[in-house]
Amino acid sequence: MTANTQARHEALGLTRDQLLEMYYYMLLTRRIDERLWLLQRGGKIPFVISPQGAEAAQVGGAYAFRRNQDWFLPYYRDLGINLVAGVTPREIMLSAFARRSDPSSGGKQMPNHWGNRGANVVSGSSPVTTQLLHAVGIAQASRMRGDDVVVYTCCGEGSANQGDWHEALNWAGLHNLPVIFMVQNNQYAISVPLEKQVAGGSIAARGKGYGMPGVQVDGTDLLAVYEAFKEAHDRAMRGEGPSLIEALCLRITSHSSDDDQRRYRSAEEIEAMKAGDPLTKIKHYLAEHGLLDDAGSAEIDVRVKAEVDDATEWAESQPYADPEFALSQVYGEG
Amino acid sequence: MAVLNFLEAVRETLRAEMRRDKDVWVVGEDVGKKGGVFGATLGLFDEFGDQRVQDSPLTESAIVGVGIGAALYGSKPVCEIQFADFIFPAFNQIISEAAKMRYRSDGDWTVPMVIRAPFGGGVHGGLYHSQSVEQYFTSTAGLKVVVPSTPYDVKGLLAAAIRDPDPVLFFEHKGLYRAIKGEVPEGDYIIPIGKADVKRDGTDITVITYGKAVHFCLEAAEELAKEGHSALVLDLRTLLPLDREAIMTAARKTGKVLIVHEAGKTHGIGAEVAALIAEECLFDLDAPVQRLCGPDIPAMPYAGPMEKFYMLSPEKCLEAMRTLAQF
Ligand SMILES: Cc1ncc(C[n+]2csc(CCOP(=O)(O)OP(=O)(O)O)c2C)c(N)n1
Ligand SMILES: [Mg+2]
Repeated sequence: MTANTQARHEALGLTRDQLLEMYYYMLLTRRIDERLWLLQRGGKIPFVISPQGAEAAQVGGAYAFRRNQDWFLPYYRDLGINLVAGVTPREIMLSAFARRSDPSSGGKQMPNHWGNRGANVVSGSSPVTTQLLHAVGIAQASRMRGDDVVVYTCCGEGSANQGDWHEALNWAGLHNLPVIFMVQNNQYAISVPLEKQVAGGSIAARGKGYGMPGVQVDGTDLLAVYEAFKEAHDRAMRGEGPSLIEALCLRITSHSSDDDQRRYRSAEEIEAMKAGDPLTKIKHYLAEHGLLDDAGSAEIDVRVKAEVDDATEWAESQPYADPEFALSQVYGEG
Repeated sequence: MAVLNFLEAVRETLRAEMRRDKDVWVVGEDVGKKGGVFGATLGLFDEFGDQRVQDSPLTESAIVGVGIGAALYGSKPVCEIQFADFIFPAFNQIISEAAKMRYRSDGDWTVPMVIRAPFGGGVHGGLYHSQSVEQYFTSTAGLKVVVPSTPYDVKGLLAAAIRDPDPVLFFEHKGLYRAIKGEVPEGDYIIPIGKADVKRDGTDITVITYGKAVHFCLEAAEELAKEGHSALVLDLRTLLPLDREAIMTAARKTGKVLIVHEAGKTHGIGAEVAALIAEECLFDLDAPVQRLCGPDIPAMPYAGPMEKFYMLSPEKCLEAMRTLAQF
């Protein structure tokens, strides 16, 4: 790198510290997920659904938002979004172990059905894309109150065929609402590949029909994703309305711990994903620009591992809710 | 004290609640300048503007889903579904989201919203403008389901629904909109959700009903009185949660119970009410519990004679009530 050529992150206004923080979040996302698979294989937790291959899309995307001010309506793979929004590894593990103090639900919900009042992460469900309409409603209500809020919401490319997806984009487009719709296109919806799922092959192209820019971005390229989101977030803050961002991601793992992708993907295809691993790519970038040497990298590894260890041990030691907790919170007072 | 028809009671309550609380807003198809296809929001657009009286695109799932989002943010949407028959595109949002939000988030996230919808037949609406859809919702804990029968009850219950911390489905029988007038006090009042109301006291038989059928049963009770039988008419008003105490008290009082509703019989509200009475009041009964309900067919046909065949009437109610009284 010659001194007078600006590095990509600098051109985007990101400092070295910020970039390293993004890397830290990507690594944390990966390591938490790897730990969850171990716990699942060891019979300690029943279920895992994984962000592996989408860490750059999630962390790069989330980084454009304002913590504790903007709102998040993520989908099940969005571990990275949650962490950047301020949800802690301990809280993630509490939900994996379904403990009483799990902030998303007290153990009522499966893991990855995020929800964290303190971090403005809205409670989610299993039927895909219902949350997109909630995101639009939140944007509408916050605008009515004159609040400065941008809303993040997301789903996969298969889910982008649901009616609620289209209804949400149409409504946001009509009212020019500050919502950023991300689609993490990992080429598969469980076993069904993109070409059997999305007519025309492009989710981004649909944005035009709903009166908003639709951009496609390499979802394994942290800086490219950040750039697209920064632009969309700036537009939203300027009152220019919603954006659609299609991030081309990888799904490195099977759909979930209940799936085995070797039944519908070739060994070569699975192997080929390694080359595009977003973590490998960002590590390469950091090394190439002299931003992180081996010692620095090892330090982050140690820190992340310690956090994951702490979260796991602590969460596992926490109690379940009493069985009768099942009867709580059906109706409020009043 | 003003005399209002059922529809005016809906409108004036919406107006009063919107004046009272600036977080209350209405959203639905044609609710703006047109004031709704039945006129329930007529004039509100002029007073409150296009944000608080918002014409939605033609998308029921979004009307409810966006309403849920707004409620999560702390505002209080009153969503209008143009006809209850068209609520099904929003079914997932109601069942999977609105009903479960408080429960699944341990109370961190709640949905204080109202979904209003005109329902019911006898208006030449055919299969898709006549249905009674309440039974699809009454088995879902987390929802409240309200069906008023008089202008007085509309005001007290709609105000209660709007101020309620949970999602309330508010079903208005469209056959009552202009047909029923009544006195409505001008001041603020609430009728608690979950409380039934004895619309007519009596000693020989108990009729448990709701919606438009309340009026049929009251008319029939007048006739029955002339024949020497006294009927108690209990208006459920809220279908979820059911007023168990009022049902048991009314059943025990006469020992003879007839349940009447326009919605189909099988797996209907009547089945639940009858089961409750069987569980709690069996030895107070002097006759088997009876049900007079819509037939178990997919929906109400259009042609006059078939529609009439489907619909309840004072005559049908009288016949069922007389048979029970004579048991
Ligand atoms: C309405 C609904 N139908 C089916 C499912 C079951 N399901 C869960 S995830 C999934 C595939 C989703 O694929 P995609 O949207 O591409 O997201 P990805 O998992 O690939 O990230 C399916 C079919 C569901 N959760 N919701
Ligand atoms: Mg996918």
